[in-house]
Amino acid sequence: MSDMAAKPNLSPGVQTQGGVGSAPVPATEHGDHLHHDDHEHHDQHWLWKYVFSQDHKQIAKQFLITGMLWAILGGTLSSLFRLQLGWPEGSMEWLKPFLGKWIEAGKLNPEFYLALVTMHGTIMVFFVLTAGLSGTFSNFLIPLQVGARDMASGFMNMLSYWFFFLSSVVMFSSLFIETGPASAGWTIYPPLSALPQAIPGSGSGMTLWLVSMALFIVSQLLGGVNYVTTVINMRTRGMSMSKLPLTIWAFFLTAILGILSFPVLFSAALLLIFDRSFGTSFFLSDIYIAGQALSNQGGSPVLFQHLFWFLGHPEVYIVIMPAMGMVSEILSTNARKPIFGYRAMIGSLIGISLLSFVVWAHHMFVTGMNPFLGSVFMFLTLIIAVPSGVKVFNWLATLWRGNIRFTAAMLFSIGFVSLFISGGLTGIILGNATLDIQMHNTYFVVAHFHLVMGSSAFFGLFAGVYHWFPKMFGRMMDEKLGYIHFWLTFAGVYLVFMPMHYVGIAGFPRRYYAWTGFDAFSQFADMNKFISIAAIIAFLGQFIFIFNFFYSIYRGRRATQNPWNSTTLEWTTPINPGHGNWPGEIPAVYRWPYDYSKPGSDVDFIPQDVPYSKTQSSNLPYEQELAE
Amino acid sequence: MNPSETLSDKEIGLGWHPKRVLLILLIFSIVMMFAAFTSGYIVRRDEGNWREFDLPASLLINSILIALSSASMQWAYASARKDEIGRVKTGMAITLVLGLAFLVGQYYSFGDLVAGNTYFGGADANPSGSFVYVLMGVHAFHLVTGLVFLAVVLKRVLNYQVHSRALLSIGNATLYWHFLGGLWLYLYLFLLLNH
Repeated sequence: MSDMAAKPNLSPGVQTQGGVGSAPVPATEHGDHLHHDDHEHHDQHWLWKYVFSQDHKQIAKQFLITGMLWAILGGTLSSLFRLQLGWPEGSMEWLKPFLGKWIEAGKLNPEFYLALVTMHGTIMVFFVLTAGLSGTFSNFLIPLQVGARDMASGFMNMLSYWFFFLSSVVMFSSLFIETGPASAGWTIYPPLSALPQAIPGSGSGMTLWLVSMALFIVSQLLGGVNYVTTVINMRTRGMSMSKLPLTIWAFFLTAILGILSFPVLFSAALLLIFDRSFGTSFFLSDIYIAGQALSNQGGSPVLFQHLFWFLGHPEVYIVIMPAMGMVSEILSTNARKPIFGYRAMIGSLIGISLLSFVVWAHHMFVTGMNPFLGSVFMFLTLIIAVPSGVKVFNWLATLWRGNIRFTAAMLFSIGFVSLFISGGLTGIILGNATLDIQMHNTYFVVAHFHLVMGSSAFFGLFAGVYHWFPKMFGRMMDEKLGYIHFWLTFAGVYLVFMPMHYVGIAGFPRRYYAWTGFDAFSQFADMNKFISIAAIIAFLGQFIFIFNFFYSIYRGRRATQNPWNSTTLEWTTPINPGHGNWPGEIPAVYRWPYDYSKPGSDVDFIPQDVPYSKTQSSNLPYEQELAE
Repeated sequence: MNPSETLSDKEIGLGWHPKRVLLILLIFSIVMMFAAFTSGYIVRRDEGNWREFDLPASLLINSILIALSSASMQWAYASARKDEIGRVKTGMAITLVLGLAFLVGQYYSFGDLVAGNTYFGGADANPSGSFVYVLMGVHAFHLVTGLVFLAVVLKRVLNYQVHSRALLSIGNATLYWHFLGGLWLYLYLFLLLNH
């Protein structure tokens, strides 16, 4: 705070560059420091400023960097099992220094293969795309874009990160125990996950997995209640719900989904803990191991699947909706056009949120459920195509005849739309029970969800980082490296997952450690090798991003206050905002966030905090009434 | 930043204090957790191999205790609105004692369940009985958090920080306590109807 007081405050119009003209001066002058009490942060110890910080911007950076570390690990694990799948006969002796006893006589241990897949899924879905994505951007953007000094409870927000950190430590430590990490898949279906006798990974590795997830859920709830409260309660003057940027709408609904669905996963995990360690039989019944009957009677493993997927399906929207919100914002800013169908965008987000709770059993078509029940879930699942289609149409219509600036963030946003379409189309196929039963255990499913949820959400994450990096660190990321990163990733993702659709339709089974024992699949050896090479190159390409990120924090070109000529409130703060975000009064909001290229205006963007009385030439009749 | 400092120039939202909203959202997450347990209970019961059990009569006494504690909490809150701080102290002390008595009662009910051959785990257990312990146990855990909350508010009362113009903390505690009481009554009724 003290360093900010020394800086002269600049109104948004002064520092813009590259746009058409300069933005009108907002009504609120921020230069007034008289009413602001900045007495509390003068002698802040570095530990409280950088480590146990309660500043939402600092917490966002903590989430982002932790998420990036997890993403590197998750990508490394996938490269390892792609080596196995691409070269099933090859020697992995050279990995022995890293993997130790998991390499036996030059071969990857089959049980460790299962552990790799399990940890890859867990890390990517929960630690990277939930905590790393919505943890970062909900924290960073909600207070800045709604015009709040911080979250509703900075303390709970700090706890949210540290519970995530603790959960990360527990999950990471499980990689190094003797029996290996959890190996029953990221969905941890019992009885495989419930019985330590079943596979080594269901021993201590599974216990640590469950403890880690319990901590993770606490972290998500503490974060989620904060996000929702901040959006409901802390909006600045004039920021009605219908003037919120779509990012905030997306984060808001994502947080609601988390509050309602994560407790259900907690219930399932708790019952599984009791089954594993306290002798109950919620999910276990009639099990024989090595000829001996277990004493567990009366449990139902399908019950676990119901509980798991009641979280699991909203979870995939928890992953994708923040990306949707950010992409809407970035597409509109860089197409220099208002978002097409603002209210339809909100409506479709709400529609997706509601539907996400009534489709979970489409993950369970092969559990032998009543076909009538299956057709109900099929019907509800296919309805999701409607709001998704509305969103895709609106994104494309936003781009249509726009004055597009191809920044790195914009390329990743367009890439997001492309991946969402490609992956979404196969969702319609898999949503049909009859087709799903055919495809369920093949790579077709892997290809589908990696495109529509995994890669799309990653593209949203990259777009968000490239776009809001100047606000986070006061410097710009290198655009050229951004382009190289984009094209490598975009080509890589398609080259990996398109062939997977093909082998999937041909019946190639997923979850198999080796397929060389089956003549029917040996014709796919080259295809698998191709996928593996593409995956590893795409993974290595991410280090360009990592380099760009850390290099730009220290050496990047200095950012201006509003480098993208954007309309939302975060760009009205100083270049390096302190705790409290605005040195003076918080700006009031007069208009929606998408006044780009408004007819009659001599600038191509009008920030939200510019009143209608200052834009007489571009006002619509009803806005003119508000101005008078 | 202190939220209250900037509240005056905010959009009104729902008109509730942020801490009230936080609490209500957390209550929703607890509701979802028990919704998962009780719906899982019904799904599991309908699949067969379900051992019927007898609910101990002591649970009725516990239910009366927790209902009474809700009444004393409401009395404490109403007294705080009228600035009758002495009654607030009495009301909250009664609530704390009744809450502790409820927990002790639940512990004894565990004993009654075991005496009735309803077990949590082991070879003689059936998911029906295990569910009862889980429902009671997870509820008891939340009740402990409620007692901690009450104790914190009682300390504020003793420091004269709770009165008719500072009702937020005692209001939140009352809301949470009523929720926990209502949750128990729901669970009790649920078990009565579905054992």
